[in-house]
Amino acid sequence: MAFYFVQFLTGLASAASLFLVASGLSIIFGVTRIVNFAHGAFYMLGAYVAFTLTERFSGALGFWAGIVVASLVVAVVGVLVEMVLLRRIYHAPELFQLLATFGLTLMVQDLVVMIWGPNDLLGRRAPGFRGAVEFFGQNIPTYDLFLIALSPIVLGLLWLLFQRTRWGVLVRAATQDRDMVAALGVNQKWLFTSVFALGVFLAALGGALQIPRDAVHHALDLRIIVDVFVVVVIGGLGSIIGAFVAAVLVSELNAFGILIFPKISIILVFLVMAVVLIVRPWGLFGKQEAPARRTPGLTVNPWRPLSQGERIAAWAGLAVAAMLPLVSGDYALTVGSEIAIFVIFAASLHFLMSVGGLASFGHAAYFGLGAYGIAFLAKMAGLPMIACLLLGPLLGCLGAAIFGFFAVQLSGVYFAMLTLAFAQIVWSIAFQWVAVTGGDNGILGLWPEKWAAGPASFYWLSIGIAALAVAALRIITFSPFGYALRATRDSLLRSEAIGIDAKRIQWTAFVIAGTVAGVAGALFAYLKGSVFPDSLGISLSVDALVMVLLGGVETVSGAVIGAIVYKMLSIWLVSQTDLSKLVLGGVIVLMVVAFPKGIVGMLETLRNLRRRSEPAKPALLKSRIEGAE
Amino acid sequence: MKLSVQDLNSHYGPAHILFDVAIEVGDGEVVALLGRNGAGKSTTFRSIVGLVAQRTGRILFEGKDVSDQPTHAIVSRGLGYVPEERRIFTDLTVDENLEVGRQPVRPNAPHWTREKLFALFPNLAEMRNRPGGRMSGGEQQMLTIARTLMGNPSLVLLDEPSEGLSPKIVEQMVAAILTMKQAGVSIVLSEQNLHFARLICDRAYIIERGRICYSGTMAELDARPDIRDTHLAL
Repeated sequence: MAFYFVQFLTGLASAASLFLVASGLSIIFGVTRIVNFAHGAFYMLGAYVAFTLTERFSGALGFWAGIVVASLVVAVVGVLVEMVLLRRIYHAPELFQLLATFGLTLMVQDLVVMIWGPNDLLGRRAPGFRGAVEFFGQNIPTYDLFLIALSPIVLGLLWLLFQRTRWGVLVRAATQDRDMVAALGVNQKWLFTSVFALGVFLAALGGALQIPRDAVHHALDLRIIVDVFVVVVIGGLGSIIGAFVAAVLVSELNAFGILIFPKISIILVFLVMAVVLIVRPWGLFGKQEAPARRTPGLTVNPWRPLSQGERIAAWAGLAVAAMLPLVSGDYALTVGSEIAIFVIFAASLHFLMSVGGLASFGHAAYFGLGAYGIAFLAKMAGLPMIACLLLGPLLGCLGAAIFGFFAVQLSGVYFAMLTLAFAQIVWSIAFQWVAVTGGDNGILGLWPEKWAAGPASFYWLSIGIAALAVAALRIITFSPFGYALRATRDSLLRSEAIGIDAKRIQWTAFVIAGTVAGVAGALFAYLKGSVFPDSLGISLSVDALVMVLLGGVETVSGAVIGAIVYKMLSIWLVSQTDLSKLVLGGVIVLMVVAFPKGIVGMLETLRNLRRRSEPAKPALLKSRIEGAE
Repeated sequence: MKLSVQDLNSHYGPAHILFDVAIEVGDGEVVALLGRNGAGKSTTFRSIVGLVAQRTGRILFEGKDVSDQPTHAIVSRGLGYVPEERRIFTDLTVDENLEVGRQPVRPNAPHWTREKLFALFPNLAEMRNRPGGRMSGGEQQMLTIARTLMGNPSLVLLDEPSEGLSPKIVEQMVAAILTMKQAGVSIVLSEQNLHFARLICDRAYIIERGRICYSGTMAELDARPDIRDTHLAL
C-alpha cells in the first residue's frame, strides 16, 4: 500500500514540470492561437541555462536565484523569437505556425549541442531539499514534496493574475476576440509579447526545476513536447485548470502504467488521449472552437488539369529521369530511388492536406506501416516480392482506415495533434513489441528479388511506381470525388448542405493517402533492406510536411517538386555539415516567413503577374461584386 | 473639424466596396450615415478605425492624419467605435468588459466613470458580475456602448445601435445617445431607420452601393421625400 502511495506521490511530482510547461503552452495558444511546437525547446533551454547558472552561483541563494534567472533569460529569448518571427505569422494558417516553431526546435537542438556539448549533464541537488522523508519504509525525496506543493501554488498565482489584474482581463478578452480588443485602443502587440514571455517563462521554469531530478540532455525537448501536447489536448487547449488536471492524470498514468501494464505503458497515455478527443474533441476543460480559419489566398489560383504542353513536359521529365542509369553510378541511383519514394510519400500527404485540407502531423505512421507490412509478409509469410508490394501497403491502408475514422471527426490543430498521437502509438508498438517487430533493432535482411535487385532496375521500379502514384492522385483530384473533397475543405457546412457526406469523403481521402504512403514505405523497406521504428517517427512526418510546404501547399504539383528539392538538399546537407538540423530548421523558418507559397506557388505567381499585366480585369467581375458589403 | 474622411476607397480581396467616400463631422455634432443593408455603412466605420486592411484615402481625426496608424493607435486617440455585431466578451463580466475599454482621461473629451455609465444605463448596474454571454441583446448593446465610453472618446462611431432592439430599449438608447451628445461627444451613427436618426441627429449622409449620394441637414432631408424613396425606402 505504502509503495503505491509513494508511486502516486512520484507521479504528482512529475506532474509539476509537465503542468508548468503545459500551462505555458495553453496560455500562449489561448491568445495567439499558435500551438508553439518550440515550447519543448524552451523547456530544454531552461534546464541547460539553469545548469550553467547554478554551477556558477554558489550557496542556497545562488541555486534558487539561478533557477529564476535562467527562466527569465529564456523568457527574454522567447520575447525575441516572438518579435522577430511569430509577429510575422500570426495570420498564417496553423500548419505554417506549427512548422515554423518546429523549425526553431530543430535549430535549438543543434545550438544546445554546440554550446553545452553532447553529453548528459548532472545538475546540483537543491539546497535544503537533499534528503528524503520516510513513509512506511519507503523514501520520498523532499524535493518531490517541494514540487508537489509548487504546482497548486503556481496554479493559484496564475488564477490571481488572470482574474484580478487588468493585464489578465485584457488577455482573457483577447483570447476571445483580439480584433475587438484592438478596437478598444489596446495595443495587442505588446499583449501578445507579454503573454508569450509568460508562457516561455513557465516552460523554462519547468525545465530548470528538473535539474535536481534528472540529467540535462539534448533530447529533452521532443520528449516533453509530446507529453505536453497530450496534456493540453486532454485538458483542453487554452485552459489552465485543464492543464493542471491533465498533467496529474498523465503523470499518474505514466507512474502506474509502468507497474500495471509495463508492456503498453507508453501507449496507455495516448489511448486515453484518443478516447478523450473522440468523446470531447475540445478536451475536458476546453471550449468548443469556432471552425478553423480559412487559409487566406488558398483559392486565388484555381486548380486545373495539366495542359497539353505541360503533359508533354511531364512525360519528357519522366523520360529524362528514366535515362539516369545510362549516365550515373550506383550511389546516384540509390539516391534517385529514395527521392522517387519520397515523391510518392509527399504526394500522398499533399493529397490529404492540400486537396482535403487535413494537415496530418503523423503521416509517417502509414509509411512505416507499409514498410512493416513488407517485413511481415516477406520474413514471416515468405511471399514473393510482387505479392509483398501489392499486399504490404494494405497494412498502411488498414491503419489509415482505423485512425482516419477517428481523426476526421476533428479539424485544425486538434486533427494535427490526434494524427501525431496515433503515429506515436504505432511508433510505441513497433518500439516495445520486440517479439514481433524486433523493437529498436528493427527487422533486417529484406532484399528485393533478383529482377529488382540491381540499383538500376530498382530505380526504374521506383520511378515507375512514383509516376503511377502521382498520376493516380492527380486523376482522383480532378475526379468528382476530388471536387467533393475540395468542397469539404473549403466549407464543411456548405458541402454538407448540398448533400456531400463530408466525413465519409474525408475518411476515404485519409485511407487513400494512407495507402499511397504505405506504397512508399513498402518500397523504402526494400531500398534499405530493413525496417526500423524511425520509419514511423515524428521527424519523418515533419519531413513530409516540409516537402509539401517547400513545393507549395496551394499547388497541385508542388509535392513532387518539393520532395525532389528537399531530399536532394537534405542528403547534400548531411554530407556537408554537422549542423544539418540548424540549417534545416533555419530553412523551414525562412520558408514559412518569406516564401509561404513554396517553389511552385512562386513560379505560378510570377507567371500570373506577367499574364495579368496584359489584358485588364474583365469589367463584369468588378460590377458584380460592388454591391457586396 | 472633429473628423474628416476624404477619398476613402476600400476593398475586400478583389471586391471594391467603398468609392471615394467623404464624411465630415464637426465638434459636438451628431451625424447620421443612412443607407440600406449592404450599402457600405459598416465598412465605412471599419475602414475609419483601420479594421479593413485594404483601404486608401485620408482620415483626419482632430486635424491629424491617422490613416497609416494601426487600429489601437487610432482608437486610443479618442476615436471610439461601437461595432454592429456588439462583440461583447461573453466570458467576461460586465465590470471586466468595461475594464477592457478603460483608457486614460482626455482633456478635450468628457470623462466617464463606471458610476456615470451605470446612471446612463441603469440595467447594467444590476448585473455587474454577470458574464456578458448571459445578457439579453439590448443589455449587450448598452454594454458595448458603455465599454467604448470607458475609453473617454471625443468621437464615437455607432454602428446601427437600434438594430434588433425592442421599442422600449430603443427609447432608452435614444435617451442615452442624447446624454452623450449633451456631454459633448461627437457621434457618427449608422442607421437604416430614418425615424431613429431624426430623433438624435443634426445632419445626414446617405450611402448607396459604396458611394455617398446625398448629404444635408435632417430638416433638408425631411423636405425631400424623393431622396428618401430612392435611397432608403425598402
